[in-house]
Amino acid sequence: MGLLFSIIAIAVLIILAIAGAAIPGLHPVFTVALPYLAIAIFIVGVIVRVLKWAKSPVPFRITTTSGQEKSLPWIKQNKLDNPSSSLGVIGRMALEVLFFRSLFRNTKAELKEGTKIAYGETKWLWAFGLLFHWSFLIVFLRHFRFFADPIPFFVKYLETLDGFFQIGVPIVYLTGIGLLVALTYLFLRRIFDAKVKYISLASDYFPLLLLIAIATTGIIMRYYVKTDLVAIKQVAVGILSFHPITPAETISPWFYIHFFLVNVLLIYFPMSKLMHMGGVFLSPTRNLANNNRMAYHENPWINDENYFKLHRHTYEEYEDEFRVLMKGAGLPLEKEVVNQPAKDGTEKEDK
Amino acid sequence: MSLKQKPDELFKTIDFKPPKKHWMDTTVDFEKRGSYNYAGSPDSVAYINQPNPRKWQPYEEDWKLPDNWQEIILEGLRERIKKFRSLQLFMDICVRCGACADKCHFFIGSGDPKNMPVLRAELLRSVYRKEFTKAGKLMGKMVGAQELTFDVLKQWFYYFYQCTQCRRCSVFCPYGIDTAEITFLARELMNLIGINIDWVMTPAANCHRTGNHLGIQPHGFVDSLEFARDDLEDITGIRVDLPINKKGAEILFITPSADYFGEPHYFTLLGYLALFHELQLDYTWSTYASEGGNFGSFVSHEVMKALNAKFYAEAKRLGVKWILGGECGHMWRVIHQYMNTLNGPPDFLEIPKSPITGTVFENAKSAKMVHISEFTADLIKHKKIKLDPSRNDHWHATFHDSCNPARGMGLLEEPRYIIKNVMNNFTEMPDSCIREQTFCCGSGAGLGTEENLEMRMRGGMPRGNAVKYVRDNNGVNILLCMCAIDKATLPGVVDYWSPGVEVGGVHEMVGNALIMTGEKERETDLRNQPLLKPDTLEKVQGNEGKEGK
Repeated sequence: MGLLFSIIAIAVLIILAIAGAAIPGLHPVFTVALPYLAIAIFIVGVIVRVLKWAKSPVPFRITTTSGQEKSLPWIKQNKLDNPSSSLGVIGRMALEVLFFRSLFRNTKAELKEGTKIAYGETKWLWAFGLLFHWSFLIVFLRHFRFFADPIPFFVKYLETLDGFFQIGVPIVYLTGIGLLVALTYLFLRRIFDAKVKYISLASDYFPLLLLIAIATTGIIMRYYVKTDLVAIKQVAVGILSFHPITPAETISPWFYIHFFLVNVLLIYFPMSKLMHMGGVFLSPTRNLANNNRMAYHENPWINDENYFKLHRHTYEEYEDEFRVLMKGAGLPLEKEVVNQPAKDGTEKEDK
Repeated sequence: MSLKQKPDELFKTIDFKPPKKHWMDTTVDFEKRGSYNYAGSPDSVAYINQPNPRKWQPYEEDWKLPDNWQEIILEGLRERIKKFRSLQLFMDICVRCGACADKCHFFIGSGDPKNMPVLRAELLRSVYRKEFTKAGKLMGKMVGAQELTFDVLKQWFYYFYQCTQCRRCSVFCPYGIDTAEITFLARELMNLIGINIDWVMTPAANCHRTGNHLGIQPHGFVDSLEFARDDLEDITGIRVDLPINKKGAEILFITPSADYFGEPHYFTLLGYLALFHELQLDYTWSTYASEGGNFGSFVSHEVMKALNAKFYAEAKRLGVKWILGGECGHMWRVIHQYMNTLNGPPDFLEIPKSPITGTVFENAKSAKMVHISEFTADLIKHKKIKLDPSRNDHWHATFHDSCNPARGMGLLEEPRYIIKNVMNNFTEMPDSCIREQTFCCGSGAGLGTEENLEMRMRGGMPRGNAVKYVRDNNGVNILLCMCAIDKATLPGVVDYWSPGVEVGGVHEMVGNALIMTGEKERETDLRNQPLLKPDTLEKVQGNEGKEGK
């Protein structure tokens, strides 16, 4: 259901883009109005979302510890998987964000003959996940060639690295291929892994298909269809310098599809699960040091009487209930027994 | 206590392939018993002032909910989203990658897709989306949004009480989404309308009143300890001190109440008593704070706080310098990650310092509470106790990391260091089943009841399977652990999946090996089992896996 919906949604979007390309009168809508709207929604949306998260306090330090804690000086702490200092947390987060440390642990449980279970290593999700994210980042950075003038210094380096093997004309960028391969894997996994298919929603298929469409149209433009890159750059630079121009007629319809879908991505991003990009930095099980017994962690609403209604049953109340029995057992008391002890004091009292 | 189905029969019912039907269209069958717990007794619910105390059972048609129960839960959810960043974030950022799916012991043991942590959380997320997001309101099921119906509530009850808050999934989640946190808050929400289970509510109420989950009153507590003192005297010839509610002692010792009432916990208790006596430790037990565990943490933050507050209050009343805690799992999650924030900082206490070695426990300098294995490992490192590991030669041990100390603390090496010093035969289970990847006993977070036996055996299957592996390959005959719930429920799991293996505590082994000043020659271990004599010593089979000290 979610899959079909997503395919239709992407198809409709592509048709819209083709229509936009075919009707010259609509060009300013697609290359001027929409991009500004999309960029605004993206920036405002992401900020609003992150602020909303940040506004909720972190009442308890609930680090998930994945290694030996800091304890006795002669016991070796696992500083990255169970950090106790800010530096350790930075290290842990860096591993998490840059290399998907947690996903790297992934295993696959399999039922074997008899009553055996085996846990095999499985790094595919990790590998393709990493491939996708890094490729996407580099492809994005390479695109500064198209919307920054002069072209930033890093673009040259990235292009050289990315085209390292110098295959084909124009030279094949590894990340472009990597991006598409990884996305295809992630998509097929959602269809062919029964468990993952079971949990997948339209909001899982849609962004994958959207990205696949973007990557595909990009690759088509680079390797198969000639497009007027100079004209495209004029459009992009015009937008970013707040001097938008009417696009030249020489721009290929493929660009309109590619560009329109990127705008859709920008608009979709802040309201979707893609926000995990920002969320991962805020995850309290990962970004807090496991120094709970070393340093006091304050909960800003600890005095909320509406929330913490139940009060401690005090020692005085306790002794009042059990004083006679306690005296009988030879336990020290705060207050002496006043009355004659009742023999049946063990009975549970009504409360 | 045993299940009608044989292990291989139960195993054959597991299928990881999910059903054809969409998960929103499947429901829970409470007619089939064995995989859920019975409802909280009204007396217990009322005793700790929790909402809607009444007689009801999950298998009944009418759950006797307040008319506006949906409103109460949604309002509660709104409040908690603002109070807990964890909740807000975990509702928003899951990408459903499925890495968590086969990490849950309940999923592995049942194949029920809603026991995949991701779907367990989606049960809450779907309601969140419907009520709090535009996409969810507009597109409903398509984007995984559904209304909070009675049917959904039934699933919440079933599946949030089919999670032991072990956090294994959280270790694998690329965003650190912690199902324990989601379950914690989902249970808290359900509790707002009086949906809870008795095996959580009654211990919590008992603990509130008598200081411990079992409801043992002060004189009963004294009796239990005196009984233990007599037993220990029979075994060692030494009559140990029993300081209880002693003002001015240096250390307050708190351990789960099961230690002085349950088996095999009891042997660990004997170990503590022997150790403290041998050290001439200036310590005290407390009848008022006679529970290390905190079943309040299986109800809500509110009840957790009220029960935990006794620790510091009693430490203050007795005028001790710091607190030492016994072997337990969730007890340590609460102490390590919550206590200081909930009820601290305890500035009236001193930074814990071992009176025997002089070691200052810097890692506990703010919360002022030290884990017994930290304390004992330090003693052994400084050679302050005399040990005869051969007294444990009739055992070949493996070690079960309890979920909470492993993933909510990182207490991994201390128990291993102790074990390797007090016994000669020790073999680890496979890496995927220990340390931060350890498997739950299947009965944590208040699920260890008779009525829930089938689900417990299913949940305990991964652990039982790993024990069987070292039993068959290495001759392991005892599973050591440091958790009261483990000690109570692993014997059943092991009997079912890996018969012939016993369950014991780390300090039981310490007690066996500990050479006490003036003791008589030991004939038996703390279980009254005869020791292997050096002359008749048979080599315990399968020593290859043994790790050096």
